[in-house]
Amino acid sequence: MGSGLDIAKIRKDFPLLETQVYGKDIVYLDNGATTQKPLAVLQALDAYYTGYNSNVHRGVHLLSQQATAAYELSRKKVQAYINAAHDHEVIFTKGTTDSINLIASSFGRKYLNAGDSILISAMEHHSNIVPWQMICEERGAVLKVIPMDENGVLDMDLLPSLLDERVKLVSVTYVSNSLGTVNPVREIIRQAHALNIPVMIDAAQAIQHFPIDVQELDVDFMAFSGHKLYGPTGIGVLYGKEKLLNDLPPYQGGGDMIKTVTFEKTIYNELPYKFEAGTPDISGAIGLGIAIDYVNSLGLSEIQAAEHELVTYALAQLAEVEGIRFIGNAAERSSVVSFLLEGIHPYDLGELLDKQGIAIRTGHHCTEPVMDFFDIPGTCRASFAFYNTKEEIDVLVKGIKRAAAILI
Amino acid sequence: MTINELQDEIIEEFELFSDWMDKYENIIEIGKELPLIDPKYKVRDNLIKGCQSNVWLHQEFTDGKVIYTADSDAIITKGLISMMIKVLSGHTPTEIVESELYFIDTIGLQNHLSPNRSNGLLSMLKQMKISAAGFQSKEIKN
Repeated sequence: MGSGLDIAKIRKDFPLLETQVYGKDIVYLDNGATTQKPLAVLQALDAYYTGYNSNVHRGVHLLSQQATAAYELSRKKVQAYINAAHDHEVIFTKGTTDSINLIASSFGRKYLNAGDSILISAMEHHSNIVPWQMICEERGAVLKVIPMDENGVLDMDLLPSLLDERVKLVSVTYVSNSLGTVNPVREIIRQAHALNIPVMIDAAQAIQHFPIDVQELDVDFMAFSGHKLYGPTGIGVLYGKEKLLNDLPPYQGGGDMIKTVTFEKTIYNELPYKFEAGTPDISGAIGLGIAIDYVNSLGLSEIQAAEHELVTYALAQLAEVEGIRFIGNAAERSSVVSFLLEGIHPYDLGELLDKQGIAIRTGHHCTEPVMDFFDIPGTCRASFAFYNTKEEIDVLVKGIKRAAAILI
Repeated sequence: MTINELQDEIIEEFELFSDWMDKYENIIEIGKELPLIDPKYKVRDNLIKGCQSNVWLHQEFTDGKVIYTADSDAIITKGLISMMIKVLSGHTPTEIVESELYFIDTIGLQNHLSPNRSNGLLSMLKQMKISAAGFQSKEIKN
């Protein structure tokens, strides 16, 4: 039961996969941190800067019109990719972190008061903890947490008791970056909406792995980054329902987000420009649009099947390694495997894998509370993309065994 | 031996290894020679927290020389700090403050001192120099 993807052919689309480190072919298994970019994306960036680089939404001249058209076309591509009702519900940001900060600031300033609370989960990335902590502190509100069990699964039985009228917003990750857990966001949204509480989803680790339909999910806000979706760094997306976004105050002030400015009063622009102050990442947005085209050309369901096969194979092969302990054993998981070897510090293992040309991530993965929960200094994390192969997983397993022989 | 002679000795030792894994095996071996910090000094104040591995460092000023002891939770880091202590420990504060560590670069481990690396090594080197600078005033009085 394989996917229909021709991986050997696909790998040729990604120039970086041809590279060597320390004289060895790179085995890139750090896709959870960032993905490699297909040639089409790189060519689109080049074409923009060599052919029609110009500022958007301003110039009367042709290049500006071309740049604006390309930038706005990308917005429509994102809209279609997540099935948003309107293209102006797609706000271009710097990335997931920026998107969450935007909502924390604009939503928090408008709706959060002393004694209110924001509800997050025990497996959030620091980006979905710290912005809420900051606004909660500012507004005298409380940050509440949905706990998880030792498998890295949210304790959904406790959710009803955590949802009350003082909760102004729920913000949870769709997929845990350090555990691979896919959270039951649909159920979280259902329960929150029953109490008229809006829900924000951090989709940074989800958007590249399986289809997300924001209307069908009925999610209120959603954040993701372009660079984890085979696009450039520096571009991200905030999706928000039109009505909710219209009701929020702007995040930052500046150019493009205004309709009229006098020293007495500024009238803000409409969506999406109200939230896009200053010159945006034009090339990044265009590159993201091309990345989405690329993903669509492969098909998300094919990608999902290929990655499922990889992670299943990796879990089976890694289970054979002596002393291995998986951190995160959720039944519903993405193509992320976090593990530790008994008696070996993750940093040491990562270091020796690096010298064998194998790129994984080690450390706390910006989820220190998760590490504290498991009482570990960090984990080793291998995260797969569709362009990875079973042969690469074999290299990983061999590399781990070689490193372990030295480290134990 | 002077600080530079000690550095040259390490460089020479590493010339024997062309393979990275052999180099690391050697680093781990050197880590076993690390003068371990007394558990009573293994406290939060002496912790140099890296993003990934932690280092505890203690320094004493005895007979005009600075003596360092340390520990780490990761054994490669332990090897790296062991080399740094081997080079710097037992010298005068001025010698340490004025020293320039080139051996890390020469043996190809410069990435461990780049800000990208979160093993606390760069912070440890800074801390070693700061504490030596602190002992300099005592040195002058002596």
